[in-house]
Amino acid sequence: MLDIRNLHAELEEGGKQILKGVNLTIEPGKVHAIMGPNGSGKSTLSYVLSGRDGYKVTQGSATLLGEDLLEMEPEERAAAGLFLAFQYPVEIPGVGNMTFLRTAVNAQRKAKGEPELSAGDFLREVREKAKRLHIDAEMLKRPVNVGFSGGEKKRNEILQMAMLEPRMCILDETDSGLDVDAMKLVSEGVNALRSPDRSFLVITHYQRLLDHIRPDVVHIMADGRIIRTGGPELALEVETNGYGDLLTAEGVR
Amino acid sequence: MGALDRVAARAAAAEARLDALAAPAPAFAAERAEARARFLAMGLPGRRDEYWRFTDAAPLGAPTLKPTLKPAGQAAEADARLLADRDSLTIAFTDGRFDPALSSPDLAGQGIEVQRLATLKPGAEPGWAKALFGRLELLAQTPVPRPFATLATAAATDGVLLRVTGRVERPVYLDYRHSGTVTDAVLHHLVQLEPGAELTLLETGSAAHRFVTLAEVDVAEGARFHHVRLQGPDPDRLTATAMVTRLARGATAKSFTLAANGRLTRNEAVIEIAGDGAVAHVAGAALGDGADVPFLHDDTVFVTHGAVGCESRQVFKKVLRNGAVGTFQGKILVRSGAQKTDGYQISQALLLDDGSQFLGKPELEIYADDVKCSHGSTTGAIDETALFYLRSRGVPREDATALLVLSFLADAIAEVEEEALREAIVARLEEWLSAHRTAHRTVDRTALGGGAAQG
Repeated sequence: MLDIRNLHAELEEGGKQILKGVNLTIEPGKVHAIMGPNGSGKSTLSYVLSGRDGYKVTQGSATLLGEDLLEMEPEERAAAGLFLAFQYPVEIPGVGNMTFLRTAVNAQRKAKGEPELSAGDFLREVREKAKRLHIDAEMLKRPVNVGFSGGEKKRNEILQMAMLEPRMCILDETDSGLDVDAMKLVSEGVNALRSPDRSFLVITHYQRLLDHIRPDVVHIMADGRIIRTGGPELALEVETNGYGDLLTAEGVR
Repeated sequence: MGALDRVAARAAAAEARLDALAAPAPAFAAERAEARARFLAMGLPGRRDEYWRFTDAAPLGAPTLKPTLKPAGQAAEADARLLADRDSLTIAFTDGRFDPALSSPDLAGQGIEVQRLATLKPGAEPGWAKALFGRLELLAQTPVPRPFATLATAAATDGVLLRVTGRVERPVYLDYRHSGTVTDAVLHHLVQLEPGAELTLLETGSAAHRFVTLAEVDVAEGARFHHVRLQGPDPDRLTATAMVTRLARGATAKSFTLAANGRLTRNEAVIEIAGDGAVAHVAGAALGDGADVPFLHDDTVFVTHGAVGCESRQVFKKVLRNGAVGTFQGKILVRSGAQKTDGYQISQALLLDDGSQFLGKPELEIYADDVKCSHGSTTGAIDETALFYLRSRGVPREDATALLVLSFLADAIAEVEEEALREAIVARLEEWLSAHRTAHRTVDRTALGGGAAQG
């Protein structure tokens, strides 16, 4: 599904190198988690993959289903099947959540050469999917993320994911700012979207999210590289011992 | 040139401007003569004038203009009415002349009296109109002269006189068109809302290449006046409008203008709050692209609080690109004794490129000690994080920009009370933005460096 090879990236301004040779392959249907201390480059990896301005790839490659992601505009990456759930979903006053969703869904359909969804079909689908995520109709009418609680914002991200039906989902610290109940609800939403032809990359600081979204593979990232890869037990190890020993063992510090 | 020569030259230029116009409507002869004298004494504005420093008045002041032929497609769009399917009392002016074919067959309605300035017989002017004609305009000349408003008092060829005595459900629609063969139109409207009356006044288009209008609006005790104006994309448009509104106790006046590409637009709103507990809102959203013809849009607002416990709001937003220039000059004057005033003013510009310009001049002048007044003015670019958020959902850059433009304008549109009107305004904006995207897609990709991502 997603194939990242020797990816190097730096900040466009100042040229500070953040990613220093990331290698990562995610098979269809698999859930991978990336954990790592602050500043290890986890979020940067998600931004570079989704095409945010401000980063320059200096070396390496990233392909999604064989297509070169790095050559595409962000909207083309989305149409190719990539989805990034933001750590801090952006508020857009004055634009209704429903308008936003419909614009996004139809833009992607158009990019794929599919006919746009009719207003009726769209409404039916969004209501049904919102219900599963416990998003009430009132939240759909409100402006995008404006006045939403932390939990509502993250649920809204998952709703977008459910509507856009991406192949590769990156969740950037989806657990940040969530209480236990909200985390459970969001995780249920994600789990409902798991399927053999959809993969996930879950970026998190803490193991607890991985209690809810069970990963197949866990990576530890530090200093712009993946320094250790293992099964779910690796996350538990970090939870118990912290990153310190691991980093020392791998010679990162 | 000496000072005296300058005064003489100014008067001569003003006279030339007046004399190049068609003969005014015959009614209100004395008031017109007085206004003519005032206009000549005032002269045409220039860059030396405090409130014309940002806007070049020369195209508005030149005695004659070359007629232009506007492209047919542009004309249709500029003239497309808001709420086209809503029953309204329509009064249409084509090239500044009353157009019966486009107007309602019967210019009358429940709770409203309609007359036309052009057909009013000298000597037969109604008393209420005598008390209003040129009076509010004169009031608006202090402390800032407004020569084009005076020009309208002196030289209007037509206009409507509306006296509203009840709650009028059907909006009055002033529908302006121009064919391109006539360069100048000057109209003068009088609106009298009697106590407790209510009226929605809608305006669309431009009645000539160069269009000067004055509306004098008197809102009596407890009456409510709603005004929505649409100045659609019209590359020919040179416009100076003035709306002078006086509010009595407990009266409400709300005015909103949606504007798109026009060569030069100066909208002046003068609001005189004279009765306790009155509410006055004036708002505007303007969309300017200077790519094909220059765009200059100037909102000049003066709100005077002269009574206790009144509220005023000014909310103006401008979206500018390709060298477009937006100006906002807004003042709140709180007279001594106008306690418990709640005055608010915000002017904001969204610049879509480095070549565009926003000139803001917010002013507060307060002589009462128990008031709440705030003002703010900001200029900014598109929020890159929001743009990325939308694009990461698959929305192409130009569509994402259009959504963010709507988002930016939302506060101003929210000032319109009626939901159907708000929806019509948003729909119109979406049309404009979408037409613009189609027309400028190739230009945008080059200008914005579409491929500047990583790689």
